[in-house]
Amino acid sequence: MYTFLLSKIEVGSHLYIDFTETAHLHGETVAVSTLVVALVSLFLFVGTSDLKRVPGTLQNVLEVVYDLIKGIAFTQLGPSYYSQFLPFVATVFLFVLGSNWAGALIPWKLIEIPQGELAAPTNDINTTGCLAILTSVTYFGAGFWFKGLGYFGRYIKPSVFLLPINVIEDFSKPLSLNFRLFGNIVADELTVSVLCSLVPILVPVPVMVLGLFASSIQALIFSTLAAAYVAEAIE
Amino acid sequence: MVDSLVAAASVIGAAVAVGFAGIGPGIGQGNAAGQAVEGIARQPEAEGKIRGTLLLSFAFMEALTIYGLVVALSLLFANPFVG
Repeated sequence: MYTFLLSKIEVGSHLYIDFTETAHLHGETVAVSTLVVALVSLFLFVGTSDLKRVPGTLQNVLEVVYDLIKGIAFTQLGPSYYSQFLPFVATVFLFVLGSNWAGALIPWKLIEIPQGELAAPTNDINTTGCLAILTSVTYFGAGFWFKGLGYFGRYIKPSVFLLPINVIEDFSKPLSLNFRLFGNIVADELTVSVLCSLVPILVPVPVMVLGLFASSIQALIFSTLAAAYVAEAIE
Repeated sequence: MVDSLVAAASVIGAAVAVGFAGIGPGIGQGNAAGQAVEGIARQPEAEGKIRGTLLLSFAFMEALTIYGLVVALSLLFANPFVG
């Protein structure tokens, strides 16, 4: 089938780095997510390397971030478990927030690559799928760790005939986490690029600001849900 | 011929997916926002808590629309039926 593009917008084209016939990397996703991890780590490392009793600017920012993430973990997991899952929740939150904002705040258009274009790593469904599966593994592992084989008792609660629904839920949870984050980021970037192709000046800016807000909310949602699923598994 | 038929059906399918996926969450978000405004009017000191919960539940409802959008996008840009 011949393809025609109404405007110069493509979704799902990547810079493929082939290893074998079937295995390949999405080059731009790997590059940007590595950069995000490096930047977030650097930010945290520099911010916490010189802690003072009267905090400076950077330490103040980090304390606000810490309070926010601790609030998420605390409200979902309760006082006795939250400290064990705080690192996980914080990692997910900071990575998702960093990825979403990296796509919007860094002018990637200036860097030309042969195929696809540099953007937020979370607009690749593999990144979000990976995060979702990580969440699944975490809550399953946590439930198994804290309750042993008794964990499987929750599949037949409140009644035995709900077993299929409980099993399906284990699959629908990561699926919905995955699609929620992916869809929101893609929708945001698509809106911006459609507006940019229509009116390149000034008009897309409010939508970009809305996108920044929406992507920070998505990071909040993702980590809140991850914490809530873990809490549900260990309660 | 078949290809153009598939293309046309995909475009209509994408439009229907997004259009119908927008209805339910629209009503739901309207209800939630209305109730939240009522709650804030009745108890202005609880505004922060209400806003947080509202945003969280908005994201849940918005996810439903987003599922429709994902279906539409895959029909438009990654169509499994052509090719």
